[in-house]
Amino acid sequence: MIVAVTAKGTHLSDEVDPRFGRAPYILLVDTETMQYETLDNSSNVNAFKGAGIQAATMVADKGAKVLLTGYCGPNAFTTIQAAGMKVVSDVTGTVEEAVKKFLSGKVQYSENANTEGHW
Amino acid sequence: MIISIASGKGGTGKTTVATNLALSLGKGTRLLDCDVEEPNAHLFLYPEITETEVVTTGIPVVSDELCTACKKCAEICRFRALTVVGKKVLVFPELCHSCGGCVVVCPENAITEGARELGVMESGHCGELGFSQGRLRVGEAMSPPLIKKVRTHHAGAKTIIIDAPPGTSCPVIAAMKGSDFVLMVTEPTPFGLHDLKLAVEAVRVLGIQSGLVINRSDMGDDGVLEYAKEEGLPILLEIPFDRKIAEAYSCGKPIVEIMPEWKNEFRALYQRIEKLVQNGRNAS
Repeated sequence: MIVAVTAKGTHLSDEVDPRFGRAPYILLVDTETMQYETLDNSSNVNAFKGAGIQAATMVADKGAKVLLTGYCGPNAFTTIQAAGMKVVSDVTGTVEEAVKKFLSGKVQYSENANTEGHW
Repeated sequence: MIISIASGKGGTGKTTVATNLALSLGKGTRLLDCDVEEPNAHLFLYPEITETEVVTTGIPVVSDELCTACKKCAEICRFRALTVVGKKVLVFPELCHSCGGCVVVCPENAITEGARELGVMESGHCGELGFSQGRLRVGEAMSPPLIKKVRTHHAGAKTIIIDAPPGTSCPVIAAMKGSDFVLMVTEPTPFGLHDLKLAVEAVRVLGIQSGLVINRSDMGDDGVLEYAKEEGLPILLEIPFDRKIAEAYSCGKPIVEIMPEWKNEFRALYQRIEKLVQNGRNAS
């Protein structure tokens, strides 16, 4: 399964970025092999609006089934849900730690957005 | 003649100037309160509202039956009000700026235009003075289409006074654009000056003539005066920090009602503006 993790850098050893839509990178990690692909999210970082919607569309198009991040706003959450994906919010530590914790089953899927939209 | 009353900073006295100027001119004049997020001119004018119109803006409505998820609508939308996930278009109406691009590019004609309520426009009069205001729906974030709608409500008036919102963003531009003159109300404080500079720059981009009203002119420092001199901005009226004016304001009374002699000051202000606009027209 592929999980999308928001990251401050391009490697598994980098910290999880708490932002979703405006995280500089999003890592797509294959949970069976720990192989990963790094998505450059810089075009969204300075987006006027709709960064979360765009990031959610991008990771869904890449086939991710789960999103691990810090905060997920209402529009991003709606998009993720429509794509049939699940979200784990309030994730901290490195990308690798986040994926391992997810695989150990000690996480809870979010039922709602955990932050407000930005105006 | 269309005069917009603007300022960078909020609370400098836009509404005070707009209402008193409009009342001093009276017949043939219409006040448009375009500060639709918090219209407050009515608190001083007690207008009789005779017409209320719900104002809406267009949003895309997608037919799932006709849609083939080709993504053309999502690609053209600068504001990302549409996205395609899986085989379905998701619409975020609050991000839509009603350009209609998605309707045009859809090869399946699957998108039609629906409506979202932005607020209401209320119109009426206050004695001989015409009056309209916009009132943005609580929770709505997009005010420019409502402001533009209020702007169209001239009702044949010779002079239009627009009470603009504070700041320098889209709502202010929507309120000022197409005016003959922008009257900027400022206060002689560092904060007032800072935001005045931003407002002056915005007005220059629009290419509209402007001048200043300095409110509470006997307080603060000389920063605004120096700036006005450097920039060649005419100071058209100064209103002192007067306890009587503050008391009138706190009771919801216009200055010209408590001190009718101020009517002459506001009429003179209008004449100065008229002259500047006339000279500007002759020069161009």
